[in-house]
Amino acid sequence: MSIDFVVHEEADGVGVVVVEGMKAGTQCTGWIMQEDKTVTFTVLDDIPIGHKVALKDFAVGDTVIKYNTDIGKVVAPIKKGGHLHVHNVKTKRW
Amino acid sequence: MQKTFYGYRRDNGRVGIRNHVVILPLDDLSNAACEAVANNIKGTLALPHAYGRLQFGEDLDLHFRTLIGMGCNPNVAAVVVIGIEPVWTQRIVDGIAKTGKPVAGFGIEQHGDLETIMRASRKAKEFVQYATELQRTECKVNELWVSCKCGESDTTSGLASNPTVGNAFDKLWEAGATTVFGETTEITGGEHLVMARCATGEVRAKFKFFFDRYAKVVDDHKVDDLCDSQPTKGNIEGGLTTIEEKALGNVQKIGRKAPVIGCLDKAESPTGPGLWFMDSSSAAAEMITLVAAAGFAVHFFPTGQGNIIGNPVLPVIKLSANPRTVRTMSEHIDVDVSGILRREINLDQAGDKLLDMMFRTCNGRNTSAEALGHREFIMTKLYESA
Repeated sequence: MSIDFVVHEEADGVGVVVVEGMKAGTQCTGWIMQEDKTVTFTVLDDIPIGHKVALKDFAVGDTVIKYNTDIGKVVAPIKKGGHLHVHNVKTKRW
Repeated sequence: MQKTFYGYRRDNGRVGIRNHVVILPLDDLSNAACEAVANNIKGTLALPHAYGRLQFGEDLDLHFRTLIGMGCNPNVAAVVVIGIEPVWTQRIVDGIAKTGKPVAGFGIEQHGDLETIMRASRKAKEFVQYATELQRTECKVNELWVSCKCGESDTTSGLASNPTVGNAFDKLWEAGATTVFGETTEITGGEHLVMARCATGEVRAKFKFFFDRYAKVVDDHKVDDLCDSQPTKGNIEGGLTTIEEKALGNVQKIGRKAPVIGCLDKAESPTGPGLWFMDSSSAAAEMITLVAAAGFAVHFFPTGQGNIIGNPVLPVIKLSANPRTVRTMSEHIDVDVSGILRREINLDQAGDKLLDMMFRTCNGRNTSAEALGHREFIMTKLYESA
């Protein structure tokens, strides 16, 4: 089965889009590498290759987990299936 | 994994995979003479750079360590050094001479460029004829020093190309090779993972010293949160959002098996096999110059968005897992591991693919960066000159 996004680990809140030209409303399939499982849902935004899709709803102040580790804080609400990037997530460092 | 390759065994026992005759300027003023010699004598390689005047203290020590280290690198057969004056020129010559390789120095003062170029050219011709008679011999993989640093990373780096390097590093460690990683600021967010891998409390303390020292440089000079620099604009375009996310991808390069057995200051050489950390900038040309100066012979460079870096002395093998980069920048990519993200190959196969290219490169195959003429030699400068 072809995959549209990849998730490092099941505990992660984000996946990485690995296909070009993913459009809002696409039903897509993700591969969770560590556990070798697949998940399927609909993306809400156009998401470029390499960019992240939210795997759950996030509220302002939430921590984003990737590699089963803290990668930053949410600064604007994000819906499951939404594009998660610098417009809604910031570093906790520096 | 194969166990041997054909390299150049130097008098000091180190093994190189290239056989350069380097024309090395002590200082910025001597670049013109070095480039003239390199133009006169075919098969030589000038290493022009921007520094070497009125430096002092630790910054001057690093300048000498870097230049002497480039000359000592086992990929170099012989060196002509040219400096504006003879004393510091001789200091470089003496440092390189300890390897046993042919080296000669020329000072420009009291002679001028033209006479210096003539004398240095005669010596360079002699060195090229010496070097071109040297033969490759069978060398063992445990004699190889392999460095890594990624660049223009994106999320595919952390998913696939960096773990590919990690897989290859694990196999090289098992075979007894010497490996190194660095990029101090780019470990921010993953420093706990590196600390957990340090072999002893002493190594851990030294890592923390280097990490905190670099963090202070950032804190002292930042204007906001480094969001314009780290991650870079290319990283952000590629989908990386924060330094923590970038760092967690970065540390995939050290694999899962080898302990970090020691921490090196910039351009400092390791003293035995195993996985080492080197305090270094995350800017590709600076970091790769530092590991070249430390004596590393071949380099793994995973890229996401398509960094095109090379080094004059240290061959840089580029790999990418980003299918768009592999397609649009194919002339820069030596190893395509995008199949990992299509589940066509697994990490173990990707690691073997990279190692296969490493052995081919060690045996003489030019990397893409070498073929394209990428010779970024960029010295790290710690602070202003006097």
